[in-house]
Amino acid sequence: MKTLILASALLLAAVSATVTVTGAAAQSKPTAITIATEGAYEPWNFTTAGGKLDGLEIDLANDLCARMAVRCTIVAQDWDGLIPALNARKFDAIMASMIVTEKRLAVIGFSEPYAPTAAAFMVEKTSPLAKLPGAGTTVDLGGDSAKVTAALAPVAAQLKGKSIGTQTATSNTAFLEKYFKDSVAVREYKTTEQHDLDLQAGRIDGVVAQKSSLTALLAKPDYQGFTLAGPTFVGDVFGKGIAVGLRKDDTVLKEMFDKAILAAKADGTIDKLAQKWLKTSLMN
Amino acid sequence: MDLSFLQATLLTLLGGLPLTLNLTACSVLLGGAGALVLALMRTSGLVLLSGPARAYVFVFRGTPLLIQLFMVYYGLGQFRPALQELGLWSFFRDPYYCAVLAMAMNTAAYASEIIRGGVASVPPGALEAASACGMRPLMRLRRIVLPLAIRQALPAYGNELVLMAKATSLASTITLMEVTGLAGKMIAQTYRAVEIFACAGLIYLLLTFFLTRAVLLLEWRLSPRRPRRQPAPPTIRITGEPA
Repeated sequence: MKTLILASALLLAAVSATVTVTGAAAQSKPTAITIATEGAYEPWNFTTAGGKLDGLEIDLANDLCARMAVRCTIVAQDWDGLIPALNARKFDAIMASMIVTEKRLAVIGFSEPYAPTAAAFMVEKTSPLAKLPGAGTTVDLGGDSAKVTAALAPVAAQLKGKSIGTQTATSNTAFLEKYFKDSVAVREYKTTEQHDLDLQAGRIDGVVAQKSSLTALLAKPDYQGFTLAGPTFVGDVFGKGIAVGLRKDDTVLKEMFDKAILAAKADGTIDKLAQKWLKTSLMN
Repeated sequence: MDLSFLQATLLTLLGGLPLTLNLTACSVLLGGAGALVLALMRTSGLVLLSGPARAYVFVFRGTPLLIQLFMVYYGLGQFRPALQELGLWSFFRDPYYCAVLAMAMNTAAYASEIIRGGVASVPPGALEAASACGMRPLMRLRRIVLPLAIRQALPAYGNELVLMAKATSLASTITLMEVTGLAGKMIAQTYRAVEIFACAGLIYLLLTFFLTRAVLLLEWRLSPRRPRRQPAPPTIRITGEPA
């Protein structure tokens, strides 16, 4: 008991995740919550030149909060600290284009997904990688393993010896390490903006990121010389879609988010936001 | 307490130690050479030399190392065509060289001030004596000024060494996987921030422990010898018959 008190006093109890908080009394419906985002993942969530948070997830968060009838504060937090900080009760929910994966499910809970996920490579148009095989196809990594191997082998052969950038602690990194460990040199960055800069500078041969984000990036004039390459990847490490990250014991909040997300999906709000920010439909 | 996890963490993080040591050694050696030049420029008494040295120290001591690192890496990365033309791109393309360059330039600024302090502490009498013996300025510098100045500057320089060893952790922000970079990666995979950072801290603690011991040893070696242990007093043997 004494150690438990000491631990919580040091705010360690929640962080270490080995100590689970139990016995929470019947939860009442919260009236105000804090939602954290990264603020560096355009167009999902980003910080404007004026220092304001903006993006699809900011709009969606405001919409969901209105549906749940709670007052929301949206804050920005470094990507790699989001999950520890959630468990340390620095905020109540994560809306940062976070994909539901088995590893994350071991530590936090998730709402219903509000968007599907798919990843792709982005390379320079003049690079030999621009002709990466499999363009226009979708590889379901969770599907038939023989098919996956057959689809990935030619891609891996062409990526041999190339350096590919990803954001650290993302499913994109997990994807590279699981499927291309032997062929590519993985370079990990704190934010996607940093790997985009290094791709432009020619320090790396390509990046792996969420397709929706890359598509939006390619629409910018700075990225005219770049293109998506190879197949679109879904499933397995890319999990079950993008959802709101919540603490495991916040069951009431989860119910509230689930209801609000399903409602926002049903009345077309999410699709409208996708059209506005991603210039594409999410419900494919 | 999960001991096997701690052990695995420590082993993984130790994999980053060679890079941490490499970055520290290279930036300190290069930076030390730069510092010596800067300090001599600064104390030369010629405005043409001391002016640029002052400006350099002002800029590099006045801005955070992280910003300098980003300026060298991401900032210069935007001038790729110009750098390619100069044939410098293969250097700036590599995050390792960028990190060493930024850190060496940073520590050169701090260390030059430390050495300048040492040079200023050389007693004028020693200089006059050297001149009186007929030493020319360069010989005086080599035989009198630098040995005394470096000895005097060593404790403060030891501090700078420790700071640099820890500052190499910033290299993780430009994709170099040294101890802190590996720690960040492990936390991203396991979400066990406390244990992993504790292990990383322990590695840095040991590293600085050995560094400070090494500086102490050097200090002792460079000090004028302390009076040796008094020779044992001659034992008086009384040979005659006791009175």
